[in-house]
Amino acid sequence: MQPFVKHTGLVAPMDRVNVDTDQMVPKQFLKALTREGFGRILFYDWRYLPGEKPNPDFVLNFPRYKGASILLARTNFGCGSSREHAPWGVKDYGFRALIAPSFADIFYNNCFKNGILPAILTEAEVDELFKRTEKEEGYSLSIDLPNQTISDNHGLVYKFEIAPARKEVLLKGLDDIGQSMQHASAIDAYEKTHAATATMYEPVDVKYYSNSR
Amino acid sequence: MPPKTLYEKIWDDHLVYEEPGKPALIYIDRHLIHEGTSPQAFAGLKAEGRKVRRPDLTFAVMDHSVSTTDRTLPILDQDAKQQFDALERNCRESGVRLFDMNSKNQGIVHIIGPELGITQPGQTIVCGDSHTSTHGAFGTLAFGIGTSEVENVLATQCLVQARSKTLHIVVNGKRPRGVTAKDIILAIIGKIGIGGGTGHVAEYGGEAIRALSMDGRMTVCNMTIEGGARAGMVAPDETTFAYMEGRPFVPRGKAFQEAVERWKLLKSDDGAKFDMTVELQAEQIAPQVTWGTNPGMVTSVNSRVPDPHDYRDLNDQKATESALKYMGLKPGTPIVDIPVDRVFIGSCTNSRLDDLRAAAHLVAGKHVARSIKQALIVPGSRGIKAQAEKEGLDKIFTQAGFEWRDAGCSMCIGMNADVLPPHERSASTSNRNFEGRQGKDSRTHLVSPVMAAAAAIAGHFVDVREFDVAHVE
Repeated sequence: MQPFVKHTGLVAPMDRVNVDTDQMVPKQFLKALTREGFGRILFYDWRYLPGEKPNPDFVLNFPRYKGASILLARTNFGCGSSREHAPWGVKDYGFRALIAPSFADIFYNNCFKNGILPAILTEAEVDELFKRTEKEEGYSLSIDLPNQTISDNHGLVYKFEIAPARKEVLLKGLDDIGQSMQHASAIDAYEKTHAATATMYEPVDVKYYSNSR
Repeated sequence: MPPKTLYEKIWDDHLVYEEPGKPALIYIDRHLIHEGTSPQAFAGLKAEGRKVRRPDLTFAVMDHSVSTTDRTLPILDQDAKQQFDALERNCRESGVRLFDMNSKNQGIVHIIGPELGITQPGQTIVCGDSHTSTHGAFGTLAFGIGTSEVENVLATQCLVQARSKTLHIVVNGKRPRGVTAKDIILAIIGKIGIGGGTGHVAEYGGEAIRALSMDGRMTVCNMTIEGGARAGMVAPDETTFAYMEGRPFVPRGKAFQEAVERWKLLKSDDGAKFDMTVELQAEQIAPQVTWGTNPGMVTSVNSRVPDPHDYRDLNDQKATESALKYMGLKPGTPIVDIPVDRVFIGSCTNSRLDDLRAAAHLVAGKHVARSIKQALIVPGSRGIKAQAEKEGLDKIFTQAGFEWRDAGCSMCIGMNADVLPPHERSASTSNRNFEGRQGKDSRTHLVSPVMAAAAAIAGHFVDVREFDVAHVE
């Protein structure tokens, strides 16, 4: 996974609370077999008019936000479905970081599996960033993960909190499976002593496949 | 030892590895997979030359995109077919048991786990689906995960997890007639908000929760995620044990009695501390109807569509305005004056026998209103479908003008042909009323099965408490 250390980029605002993952990647795109290509369809129903014509009223289609790599959002961003297609879309679109007062749990977790930083600031700080993004065309922010700061060119510096282990995952581009595998012997030991929890009665009257098989 | 919550007991029992200041590695007892969120996980596994560690603890089912009509017909949706084929291939190659779309035990993943007894108290259960919280009704720690985590569990049978905070949701008193488990959970979400439980695992308690059947408890736990908490749980009791006994994967005889003795220990100790507590009084809950574009935008059936200016917070005002525009609703409209185009009774929230029985009871001898374009009954599993047919519920529904379908996720998510057309309004027993959830530009109102059934008969929302009280439990 691509590590995240420092990033400077154009900010795009999504001024809406409770943006759910159904909006990021609608259900018709959940039939894919790969993790690629979700950037094109990110926010599909908001972003496109019939015939996939860009909707000029949708904020990400405004010329001034073209090439944005930081998404500024509101409370409870990413609520709803667990679909990891949402962060795949966010990343493939070109966003490296998200800033909001809060994120939904599953989405927040999924971001870290994909090298995306979801940074949490206070409501007041996020309000201020919305104001500045609105006011100044080309408004960009610099995110410094080691120091946990978000700053602009006008002297604004905000500090954000992140769990140390989460931070390490992004800084080093670690993947969970590699980490879990390091504890293979602990997993073996657990399985030996906890067989009872996993005990399963093997039924004879359950049918898995159709008759054709 | 300090008193522990149920969550803490299950957590501690599944700790594989932990070091201070870091997320722990926890063991997963049951891993459920479906066609929608697993192909990339298997592909990732293969790319790294890894194997499924415990195929015996992994169960697969086709549910999200399956047809609810004739399954002997060829599958026209090539993308869906690709996913079915991939799931079949991945399960065959890795030795995972698959309930394919023609299996007599097929159904929605969160319906068949409990129905077959795969779900058992005290377990950790994960699935690449946010409504995995359903299984918590049995006193399990069950939650939805992303595809990368699905891959992790396939490879290691473990998950890297940080300890959650705990939320105690207590529903005191007795549920009035016409008020169901669905109304209880919608009222809870309305109270705490859709982000209210973020960072927490919820445990439900109180007289009104204890009085619910397992089907009702599953409805409550199912929608826990709509209040922001990833998992919801109910401590197992006699209701749970009675439900478990005799199910296919549940131990029998002496082994069952021993299991029950273990399960009885699964409850929060007296004096256990929760990080947050919310209390509701069941007598004060009325049948609920959502009016907006998330499950927290909900009100009582005898109430009105709110005005954006009712809210003090600017963000709430904007959200309400945008929701009403999307829903095509005017502030101040009485909920019972909202007409309905289609009715959907189904989904992992409300497609179990209790739901179907209650709805059938209400519509028996009546007929769907002429203005209703479609009224769908989609049983949660083929097992439920078969039992309902044995009880004659299918006949009651079809005679009343409902369509009786095969099992699957159906119009809750609209990944198959069961889609709510643009600008049409549904009374739906599903779990999400997000924009476009049931179909692009479609308008969803979440309600209980009896409320949906009553709306089908009347053509608009009605208060079931007044509709035909004799027929409402």
